Amino acid sequence: MIAIVDYGAGNLNSVKKAFDYLGAEVLVTDQPETVATADKIVFPGVGHFSSLQALNRSGLREALLQAASAGKPLLGICLGMQWLFEGSEECAEVAGAGIFPGRCRQFPSSVKSPHVGWNSLRVQQGSRLLRGVAQDSFVYFTHSFHAPVVPGMTAASEYGLQFTAAVERGNIFGVQFHPEKSGEVGLSILKNFCEA
Amino acid sequence: MLTKRIIACLDMDGGRVVKGVRFKNLRDAGDPAECATAHARNGADEIVLLDITATSANRRTLLDAVRSTARSLFVPFTVGGGIRQLEDAAAVFDAGADKIAINSAAVRDPALIGKIAGRFGSQAVVVAIDARRDAGRKVDGSSDKSFEVFVAGGRTPTGRDAIQWAREAAACGAGEILLTSMDRDGTQSGFDCQLVREVAEAVSIPVIASGGAGSARDFIEVFRDGRADAALAASIFHFGIENIAQLKSELHDAGVAVRWPC
Repeated sequence: MIAIVDYGAGNLNSVKKAFDYLGAEVLVTDQPETVATADKIVFPGVGHFSSLQALNRSGLREALLQAASAGKPLLGICLGMQWLFEGSEECAEVAGAGIFPGRCRQFPSSVKSPHVGWNSLRVQQGSRLLRGVAQDSFVYFTHSFHAPVVPGMTAASEYGLQFTAAVERGNIFGVQFHPEKSGEVGLSILKNFCEA
Repeated sequence: MLTKRIIACLDMDGGRVVKGVRFKNLRDAGDPAECATAHARNGADEIVLLDITATSANRRTLLDAVRSTARSLFVPFTVGGGIRQLEDAAAVFDAGADKIAINSAAVRDPALIGKIAGRFGSQAVVVAIDARRDAGRKVDGSSDKSFEVFVAGGRTPTGRDAIQWAREAAACGAGEILLTSMDRDGTQSGFDCQLVREVAEAVSIPVIASGGAGSARDFIEVFRDGRADAALAASIFHFGIENIAQLKSELHDAGVAVRWPC
């Protein structure tokens, strides 16, 4: 079973719908116990980094970190990927998981913010999550802050600067874009996660 | 590179897709779920479903149509029409929309933008603005600079300036502006690039240009001269005048960054 973590921010229907379409067994949950018993975990995020504060109160943060260190496949989407880093300029008081180094920052003032729309991926060799994704494939983004380029980056995109579009380390995966809204390319990425 | 989005709009009346000219003379154009999937397959970057005659009586029709359209659609999906309060928005999200578009209700109560954004995120809130060139100021010929906001499906003038309203909506937490030129709607005579550019330069959030799409040339102009981030069209795609795949290939050839091939 794949647990989709609901920490009370935003709309998780689209993520669930995409996994349903792929025939995966998914459960949207806000219970740390359910996260603990899941085989795989999807952590979709939406909105402001401060909303992640709710994770600490609910016990979900511990459940996510335990699942991650137990080797369960964990996929952070959008704000969920940013949470995998140390933190974000968007809300300095809330700590990320620190699985990847560095903090998320705002886009430079030379470009409009938020970054909304379909942008292309520079895919690195060897990613499990992006297996079969062609170079320069387009995926759908919507975000105002971006993660730094780090070892473990498996795809980069450009918007005023180069930023991390996907990261991966062992059982931990993150995508800044929305695979559930990225057509066939996105569905193939979610399918890879189901098989991870 | 971030691409310019081509958005297919489905105007819905009583559960059917329809298309009119200057907001009138509606013609039937098919089933929303079928139209949406066909457009997505053809390369639409996003789908907008607008219930143009929304009343509480056909709220159920809207939600059913949203549900059936969302089921097998994996590109961003925006729904508008008849959303008056947070609960209406929540029901539409629950039925499968990724974003909602609000128009009249936002003009009446700008705080609604922040309420919906607070719960679902700014990226989920599109403020739709229907604007018309202000005929009242046409005295010396330089009058064309002013655009007035209309509500209630283009029926009611508000006396408000479109550029100012766009700025206010963005400040209230809107994630995108869907800007329709009422003068151009359904005419296929080209987008109102001046209107689009003025709004696009006034706000930092993306502006979706709407009203007047008739040819690939019109899209090229609104992206280059109008500085639109996305462009929306309905009638051009429904009646086989030009399909999205062909349009995108022409834009690509003209040097406009689009998701192509996709």
